[in-house]
Amino acid sequence: MSARFSLASLALLLALFFAGTAQAVKPDEVLQDPALEARARALSEGLRCMVCQNQSIDESDADLARDLRVLVRQRLVAGDSDQQVMDYIVSRYGEFVLLKPRFSLRNALLWGTPVLLLLAGGLFIVLSSRSRRPASNSVLSAEEQAALDKMLRD
Amino acid sequence: MVETGHFALVLAFALSLVQMLVPLVGARTGNQRLMAVGGPVTVTGFALTALSFAALASAYASSDFSVASVWENSHSLQPMIYKITGTWGNHEGSMLLWVLILTFFGALVAVFGNNLPASLKANVLAVQGMIGAAFFLFILATSNPFIRLNPAPIEGRDLNPILQDLGLAIHPPMLYLGYVGFSICFSFSVAALIEGRIDASWARWVRPWTLVAWMFLTGGIAMGSYWAYYELGWGGFWFWDPVENASFMPWLAGTALLHSAIVMEKRSALKIWTLLLAILTFSLSLLGTFLVRSGVLTSVHAFATDPARGVFILCILTLFIGGSLALFALRASQLTAGGLFHPISREGALVLNNLFLTTATATVLVGTLYPLALEALTGGKISVGAPFFDLTFGPLMLPLLAIVPFGPLLAWKRGDVIAASQRLMAAFALAITAMLVTGLFIDGASVFAALGVGLAVWLIAGALTDLAVKSGFGSVAPPVMLRRLAGLPRSVFGTALAHLGLGLTLLGIVATLCFGTEKILTMRPGETVELSGHTLRFEGLTPQKGPNFTEDRGRFLLISDGNADGAITSAKRFYPVRQMVTTESGIRTLGLSQLYLSLGDENSDGSVVVRLWWKPLVTLIWGGGLVMMAGAAMSLLDRRLRVGAPAKRRKPAAALASPT
Repeated sequence: MSARFSLASLALLLALFFAGTAQAVKPDEVLQDPALEARARALSEGLRCMVCQNQSIDESDADLARDLRVLVRQRLVAGDSDQQVMDYIVSRYGEFVLLKPRFSLRNALLWGTPVLLLLAGGLFIVLSSRSRRPASNSVLSAEEQAALDKMLRD
Repeated sequence: MVETGHFALVLAFALSLVQMLVPLVGARTGNQRLMAVGGPVTVTGFALTALSFAALASAYASSDFSVASVWENSHSLQPMIYKITGTWGNHEGSMLLWVLILTFFGALVAVFGNNLPASLKANVLAVQGMIGAAFFLFILATSNPFIRLNPAPIEGRDLNPILQDLGLAIHPPMLYLGYVGFSICFSFSVAALIEGRIDASWARWVRPWTLVAWMFLTGGIAMGSYWAYYELGWGGFWFWDPVENASFMPWLAGTALLHSAIVMEKRSALKIWTLLLAILTFSLSLLGTFLVRSGVLTSVHAFATDPARGVFILCILTLFIGGSLALFALRASQLTAGGLFHPISREGALVLNNLFLTTATATVLVGTLYPLALEALTGGKISVGAPFFDLTFGPLMLPLLAIVPFGPLLAWKRGDVIAASQRLMAAFALAITAMLVTGLFIDGASVFAALGVGLAVWLIAGALTDLAVKSGFGSVAPPVMLRRLAGLPRSVFGTALAHLGLGLTLLGIVATLCFGTEKILTMRPGETVELSGHTLRFEGLTPQKGPNFTEDRGRFLLISDGNADGAITSAKRFYPVRQMVTTESGIRTLGLSQLYLSLGDENSDGSVVVRLWWKPLVTLIWGGGLVMMAGAAMSLLDRRLRVGAPAKRRKPAAALASPT
């Protein structure tokens, strides 16, 4: 039966976290200060619910996500800047908690791929169209071209 | 019946071996009789797979719990529709659906491909046979849906409640029609490489198949997105989840293929690139199958502890991707490069389209696989979520979407950007106006919102400009214009509709993300809440009983201008068999926008937690997808695609569209 993993258990897993008994952000978590609450929501969207499948703590129903949401709000109320809150959470939970990986050497390939590929592809297209143009021009000599232009004008 | 299905599946596997070997040998040795074996074998293979699928479906429909797969994923009290859709709501059944669609497409080539050169047809069927053989073996060896239980349990374990939805009836079949549809493009490419040449019929055949696959994949993704939106209970429509990315990558690559196939068909340029793209697109479909089916996404460790299926699909993946790319490397140089064109031309615009789409595909690929690779190689764990894709995928889309309206207005071979720009002046003015109005007059509009709305209007107006210019709007008398409009090739309408749909989807996304509002509160019966001009009164909770669940249904009265305007209900459902609770969201569509309500926990004092969203223009997100599908369907009806086929024979796409 162990081979019967995959969809069923995956869906079950998703179901557990998606549709648990709690709602994502609960009314009692919401801060009084709307500006602070907005910052808390924005930060929450960038933090991963550690026990979920690719969900942010803002969307998740899991208890751990709730704990993190409360923690974020506590730090904000204590007067931390956004960066300080994130640093504090990463120091406690590791980089895994960040939905946007840091710009680091370890993640160079991750962040670099789009830029490198776009540049390489662009360069390839420019070079291949350059290398072709002389060939297409050389089909007609200058005199033939002049004659053709004359014909087209007439 | 179940044993018949099992037997038919084994026979279908045996036939797929014949299908992959005999026509191939025939094409190699020029033996007509061996080549001719391919057709009947393919059709019979499809019939047997269909029989096998029907046997499984009937076991599900009749709740035959002596079949392990039925026992695990069904229940006698389930409504009939979910008993039947449960056939593919699990790993084994969904793989059977996969091969059913694969053999179906193969059979279509066999039946309608008489105008193909015999050796090309034989090779295409042989490659289809190889894919079929690999997946039949996979099913029989690791995922057999026909395994019996003895003694048979009295009652089943129920289908996952989240899957007990109409979405399961539509989403997976459409998605698979898309995924697997690209297998035909793949087989044509590999067949062309085996033969070492690409002739005219190649492009004429591959383009409609690409359109068909793309159309279904678009529908499948849009449907999946809407399903997640209403089922998961917090109103998100796209999560950049690896499972979603798995279907999005073939879509992006398929979109690139769709465009490069046009260049190849019309101008016989970009031949080699189109061929490579066709291989890559199906490779990404296979990769998607691997990601979803192997368990590798849940965690690298789950994959390592239960590797049978994962390793098997990984082998299939390596064999087909590696094999086809190796063949490409060996043979591509023999293929002749096609026509020349100036960088500023329709071809040039389509090359740019391909550059951005391919880069976007690679971005999604890296974002999806990087955490897995990093964990497997170094043990380090990182997460790649929506914020990453917003920062990388988003900027790649901006220039691409900005040049979309230019493409159809540029001439083939050598275009005139100035002339195209002049024609687009009205669309540009409209887009700028929309941007300014959004930025200046809508409260809380960000720069992103203004830019997004402007870009969406630019796409929509650009698509309409294309039609207006080509029908001579403004330069000829209205009756003449209408006649010209009606006489335009259907593919011109197809392009305009698809681009229009893209604009609508973008508008929906931007409006929902930027102007959506939300309220989270606790409500008692009789209390009212107001959100973005809509007032809702909570009427109370009533317990209800469904066929295989119980629920607490919350009723909310919508009040417009002081009058009752219908009710919205949202429920907390409990499925006793699986001991699972689901949230049934309450949605009210008002124009193109929606009020979305989701019921939370009941407190001890009788109040409930309520989350309420106003989602402006949200329906455009999926409506745009439908318009894109309509565009693809319109292109398929183009007469040009029938050129070269005998008049009495219907073209493959039309034949395909009717039974599905």
